[in-house]
Amino acid sequence: MATASPPPEGGPDRRPDQPTTEEFVEVQHSAEFGELRRTYRSFAFPLTIAFIAWYLLYVLLSNYAGGLMGTRLFGNVNVALVLGLAQFLTTFLIAWFYSRHAAAKLDPKADAIKSRMEAGS
Amino acid sequence: MSSPVSLIAANSASEHRPLIITLFAVFVVATLAITIWAGRQTKSAADFYAGGRQFTGFQNGLAISGDYMSAASFLGIAGAIALFGYDGFLYSIGFLVAWLVALLLVAEPLRNSGRFTMGDVLAYRMRQRPVRTAAGASTIVVSIFYLLAQMAGAGVLVSLLLGITSDGGKIGIVALVGVLMILYVTIGGMKGTTWVQMVKAVLLIAGTLLITFLVLLKYGFNVSELLGKAAENSGKGAAFLEPGLKYGATATSKLDFLSLGIALVLGTAGLPHILIRFYTVPTARAARKSVNWAIGIIGAFYLMTIALGFGAAAIVGPEEITASNKAGNTAAPLLALYIGGQDSAGGAILLAVISAVAFATILAVVAGLTLASSSSFAHDIYANVIRKGQATEKEEVRAARYATVLIGVVSIGLGAMARDLNVAGLVALAFAVAASANLPTILYSLFWKRFTTRGALWSIYGGLASSVLLVLFSPVVSSKPTSMFPSADFAWFPLENPGLISIPLGFLLGWLGSLLSKEEPDAGKYAELEVKSLTGVGAH
Repeated sequence: MATASPPPEGGPDRRPDQPTTEEFVEVQHSAEFGELRRTYRSFAFPLTIAFIAWYLLYVLLSNYAGGLMGTRLFGNVNVALVLGLAQFLTTFLIAWFYSRHAAAKLDPKADAIKSRMEAGS
Repeated sequence: MSSPVSLIAANSASEHRPLIITLFAVFVVATLAITIWAGRQTKSAADFYAGGRQFTGFQNGLAISGDYMSAASFLGIAGAIALFGYDGFLYSIGFLVAWLVALLLVAEPLRNSGRFTMGDVLAYRMRQRPVRTAAGASTIVVSIFYLLAQMAGAGVLVSLLLGITSDGGKIGIVALVGVLMILYVTIGGMKGTTWVQMVKAVLLIAGTLLITFLVLLKYGFNVSELLGKAAENSGKGAAFLEPGLKYGATATSKLDFLSLGIALVLGTAGLPHILIRFYTVPTARAARKSVNWAIGIIGAFYLMTIALGFGAAAIVGPEEITASNKAGNTAAPLLALYIGGQDSAGGAILLAVISAVAFATILAVVAGLTLASSSSFAHDIYANVIRKGQATEKEEVRAARYATVLIGVVSIGLGAMARDLNVAGLVALAFAVAASANLPTILYSLFWKRFTTRGALWSIYGGLASSVLLVLFSPVVSSKPTSMFPSADFAWFPLENPGLISIPLGFLLGWLGSLLSKEEPDAGKYAELEVKSLTGVGAH
C-alpha cells in the first residue's frame, strides 16, 4: 500500500489551494448549494427520526407489551423474535436506500460544486 | 457450588492450555510482524493518525467491525442470550441500529471536514483552545472507560480460558495486553492498528460462522427446534424466548433498559475510536461504503450470536455456563468445546480457536481505543492547545507516541487494580458519555448555524459531567452485589444507565449555551464547514 505524498499538515488549514471564506459564503448562499442541502436534509433527517422511533417502539413493546411479544407465530418463533429480526432487515434496507439516494441525488450535485470551487472560478 | 461440571471445565482449560497458548502466540507474532511492516511506511502525521488515508471502503468496513465488536459483544452477548434468552438478543440490536446514525448524519460530513480527530470538526467554527480541550477531555474519558472495561475483562477472560487463578497471573495477563497494545500503536500507528483490526474481524467472523454452522447442523437447520431445545434446557420454558428475563424484572429495570437502548443508538456515532476510522479512507464516498460494509458485517455477526447464544443454552446448559463464569462470558468457548466433543481432539481444537479469537478481539479493540486517545491528546491538546498550532508534524507524532505509552501504562495500572471489580458497566457508560457529550456537539456543529463556542462547551462538559456523576451515584458503582464496590452504598440514582437524563441534557445545554452566548456565531466559518461537509471541497 503506497503512501501518497502527504498534504501539508499541522496547524490550521492554510493550504494555498483552499477557496477563501468569501467564496465559501457565496457558495453557501447559492441556489445550487441550497438545493443540495435540501436534498440531503429532507431525506436524512426524517429517515433518522423514523428509524429511531421504530427502534424505540420495539424497545417499548419489549418492555411493556409482553403478552403481544410472546404470541407464537409458528413453531417456537414468536412476535418478539420476528420484530427483532425486522430491526435487522430495516437497518439493512435503510442503509441501502440512503446509499442509493446519495449516489443518485447527492453525489452529482456535490461533485459539480466541488469541481467548480477547486478550479477557482 | 463446586459442581462436577465446573471441574470438567477447569480441567479441560488446563489440559488444552498448550494449544490455546500456541494459537495466541501465532496471532501475536503475525500481528506484530504486520505492525512492524506498517511502521516502516508510517512517516507523516497523516500516516500515523489516519493510515495515510489509503484504505478502501471494504478494508475500512472490516476494520470498523474489528474495532467495534469487542469481547463484550462477542462473549457478552452470546453469554447474555445463553442465560437470559431473548433479552440478550434485544440488547444486541441497539448496537446495530446505531450505525444508521453514523451513516446518515456523521460519517461523510466528518470525513469531508476533519483531518485526524473528532476535535477537528467540533472546534472548526469555534474558539480553538477551549473547544479542543473539551473535545480532548471527552475523547480521553470515553476511551479510558472503554479501555478499562476491556483490560479488566481481558484479565478475567484469559485467566479463565487458560485456567489461571493466581492474582499474579491475572495481573500478568493485563500487563501483556497493555504492552502489546502499546507496541501496535507506537510502531504501527493507524496503519498497523487497522490491519490488526482487519485480521481480527476475519478471524472473528470465520470462528463465529464455523460454530453457527455446527450448531445449526446439529438441529438440521431448523431454527424453531433450536429455540425449543434452548427454552427447554434453560429451565424457564417459553419465557426464555420472550422479553423480560433480564430487563423486565421491575419498573426500574425496564426504564433502565430504555435508557441503555437510547445510549447505544445515539452513542456509537460519538465514539472517538470509531469516528477516527472515517479518516483512513480517501473520500466521503469511501466512508459511506465503509459504513455500509460495517453494517453488513456487524449485522451478520449479531445474527450469528443468536445461534451461538441459544446454541449454548441448548447444548451446554445454564448450570454449566454459570458454574464457569457467573456473567456467562464463557458460554461461547464452552459451546465450542461441547459441540466439537468434550473429550475429543475436535472439541479441544475448537475451544482453542474460539479462545484465540476472543484474545484477538480484545487486542484489536484496545489498540483502537489507545490510538483514539493518544491521537486526541497529541493533535487536540498538545499541538493545538499547548503549542497553539505551532508544533511541527514530527513533534506532534512524537507526542502521540509518548501519549500512547503513558495511556498504556496508566491503563495497565488501572486494569490491574480493577481486575476483581465488576467493570462491565463501564462500556455502557462510555456509550452514554459519547451520546450525551459528543453526539449533540457533532450534530449542532454540522447542522445548526447558530451554535457557538459556549454552546459547544456546555454540551460537552454538561453531557460528560452529568453522565459520569449519575453513574458514580448509581448501582453500577455501589449498593448492589454486582456493583464495583458492593459493600458501599451511595447510590441515590436508581438507573445503571444515565442516558435517559444525560442525553437530553447534553442537547438542551448545547442549545441553551448558544442562545445565551454574548458572541455571535462565526458565519464565515460555518459557511466553510457546511460547504466542505456536504461537498468535500478542500478535503484532506
